[in-house]
Amino acid sequence: MGVKGMSFEEKNTWIYAVVSVGAFAVYLVTILGRAEGIPFDEVPYVGPMLWTIGGAIVASIVGTIAISIVWSDEADKKDERDREIGRFGEYIGQSFVVIGALAALVLSMAEVGYFWISNAVYLAFVLSALLASTAKIVAYRRGFQ
Amino acid sequence: MVRPTRVTNDIRSLRFANDEMTQAELADRIGVTRQTVIAIERGRYSPSLEMAFKIARVFRVPLDDVFRYPDREEA
Repeated sequence: MGVKGMSFEEKNTWIYAVVSVGAFAVYLVTILGRAEGIPFDEVPYVGPMLWTIGGAIVASIVGTIAISIVWSDEADKKDERDREIGRFGEYIGQSFVVIGALAALVLSMAEVGYFWISNAVYLAFVLSALLASTAKIVAYRRGFQ
Repeated sequence: MVRPTRVTNDIRSLRFANDEMTQAELADRIGVTRQTVIAIERGRYSPSLEMAFKIARVFRVPLDDVFRYPDREEA
């Protein structure tokens, strides 16, 4: 089953997954590049983090617009199966948002540097997006009861 | 989630018996995407009761002419 067999929402899910992971990869490469020779705590991370999060949001919107143009006949068509799979995926992904919040709580109690707290939360967001998207794609592909 | 449903259906043969109705046409008539019709036909998605009734209504048959559920529980 190729792209042709995917519903609009499944295509959107793929875009979201690829963009989330791609943006995080760009962020990691940037941070690792800046970390050469200095401790991680001192790496200027706020700019790259805001830019990659902002860039991911813009890229997702552009991606959705692009598939709406290419597959205009099915754009924005969402039925009850899409909604059920969407809810199921978000439910699965939510666990990592909670894990991220707990990690931030523990790290701040331990008075660890802001760098680590921010990055723990960002990583949890990315893992949440990845897990939710993976669960949705598996549900689209393998079946959902 | 990925456990196959025990509900089986005859949508495919009913489509052919009804002027070879396409999946897209059935999808339009019950208000879902073509991919959802494909998923139901292949047993990868159990539709809601309401959607099941809509499908039966399109073919003008009772619900259990479209969907079947095995009598006995299987291990």
